[in-house]
Amino acid sequence: MPDFEPVLLANIHTPESHTRAAYESAGGYHALKRVLAEMDSAAFVELIKSSGLRGRGGAGFPTGLKWTFLPKGHPGPIYMCINADESEPGTFNNRILMEQDPHQVLEGTILSSYATRSSTAYIYLRYEYPLCLRRMQAAIDECYAAGYLGRNILGSDFSLEIYLHRGAAAYICGEETGLIESLEGKRAWPRIKPPFPAVEGLFHKPTVVNNVETVACVAHIAARGVDWFKSMGTPADPANPRDPGSYGPKLYCVSGHVNRPGCYEAPLGITCRELVDRCGGGVWKGRRAKAAIPGGISMGLLTEAEFETRLDFTGPGKAGCLGLGTAAVVILDETVSMIDFLHNSCRFFQHESCGQCTPCREGTAWALNMLNRIKAGRGRLHDLDLLLEIGDSIGIIPGTTICGLADGAAWPIKNAIRKFRGEFEDYIKRTNPGGWMTTSAVPALAVEAH
Amino acid sequence: MLPPKPILTDEMVAEIQALFPRYPTRQAVTLPALHVVNDRLRYVPLEAVVELAWLLGLAPADVQDTLSFYGFFKQDAPHGRRRAWVCRSISCALRGGEQVLEHLCHRLDLRPGQTTADGEVTLEYSECLGACEFAPCMLVNEDLHKDLSPETADALVETWRQAT
Repeated sequence: MPDFEPVLLANIHTPESHTRAAYESAGGYHALKRVLAEMDSAAFVELIKSSGLRGRGGAGFPTGLKWTFLPKGHPGPIYMCINADESEPGTFNNRILMEQDPHQVLEGTILSSYATRSSTAYIYLRYEYPLCLRRMQAAIDECYAAGYLGRNILGSDFSLEIYLHRGAAAYICGEETGLIESLEGKRAWPRIKPPFPAVEGLFHKPTVVNNVETVACVAHIAARGVDWFKSMGTPADPANPRDPGSYGPKLYCVSGHVNRPGCYEAPLGITCRELVDRCGGGVWKGRRAKAAIPGGISMGLLTEAEFETRLDFTGPGKAGCLGLGTAAVVILDETVSMIDFLHNSCRFFQHESCGQCTPCREGTAWALNMLNRIKAGRGRLHDLDLLLEIGDSIGIIPGTTICGLADGAAWPIKNAIRKFRGEFEDYIKRTNPGGWMTTSAVPALAVEAH
Repeated sequence: MLPPKPILTDEMVAEIQALFPRYPTRQAVTLPALHVVNDRLRYVPLEAVVELAWLLGLAPADVQDTLSFYGFFKQDAPHGRRRAWVCRSISCALRGGEQVLEHLCHRLDLRPGQTTADGEVTLEYSECLGACEFAPCMLVNEDLHKDLSPETADALVETWRQAT
């Protein structure tokens, strides 16, 4: 990436980068002024649509297209929800944007609200980000003072209120309809679709849910144009009519066993190996990598042999992963036990399943029970097939659940066992040569909650 | 009917009522209102749930239903003055997060979810804190503690002990 110039992270190291003064001295809010003066909302939707921007939160749905699903001529109110419930293990790019450059997020939120004719935007912020809460609230206050929020923004007929809404430590609130239910004051049980939020969402009104990084990209497209955005990334595959391409810059979170964990901005389509070696400074302690999570734990695993995979919207899928997800890359070095990895993953999803759909609630719990047992030396070889059977039968892909949490729970199971089956078999044979079975639950950890 | 001695202070009620204009329904104020109470009391007892329901025009069961969905709000007793969340998700686990948690359990003689006898510290595990570049990490109230080891966690506990 010789000519690549970061934009999303361009200002995070400047002094007082979280203030309006710093943001504006780097050219911030120019795009908002120009768009409000020169473009109507329909033209702005078209601009974002033609940029090919796809949602950065995980599913990669085209943002402009999502906006067009709102009913035409609706009298309002229409709601914008910003998904800042970043909770996917390994992911922290939204935190960095909100902590270090909150005005970038707000300019994108205001522009996206203008595009969707929203009168109120709620930013659903996860509980664990107290510094984001303070910085974002201070930035919102600055925007009201500057006339970027409130009645008749910058003399236009567009008015917008933005409110922060603090979550309470539940992963499922990052699912867009779970987020809506939680905002309404209910348990965050995802909704059956249709109706889609664009038709009937928050408070039964048309609603768009966009991710923090997505709206930050909206601000940059407004400032720099479609050609700039499309000059980066992986173009649409002409042989695949369902691939709209992977354009623009992306924030990759690199963590785990690398020398320099951190958030790195690169054009979509950087390979996993480039990320590890050039951004992450290589695997730590002079070791070799064994595997990597390509985009948050729910996306599954790449083996070291698959590190040439391009981390764009189609690359991880070609390697058998669920998708690009949040582009959070977690490196596992050669000493990591896949049994420990899968136990950690199953424990996470068992903890975070919202309990609404039986296949997910029971499937994640039984998968954890089995991993506890395998880890404790009471595994049996056919447990592996049983785990795969669970993995293949929970989620929206097999059609048994309302939301995708169970797909995310299933993918690490499927990838770990199918790509590292020998290791699981060896472990079970070594730790339980007699094939003993136990009928009691086995706590695999010294530390369990009371 | 309100209990004779309300749990919610006038200040809390005013703070909650100030949120009403932000949402078209009162029910949407549930989660923010629970935070208002929890920030002050460090728990949300059932009596507070009843009073919140009255304030929001809901049945107590509505508020309790929402509250109990999140593992976040304690109801039996307040959490400690410091609530320490130790991350146990993958990026922290790969760099020793589980060992930090286990070490703190022994050091404080607690299991996750419990509070020290003096009411100072509640130890919790948490799923990904979103600070994976600083793994293993721990959030204590508003402060993120980065790149922990059993030794640095010990030192931190020592500063808490001296501060009390």
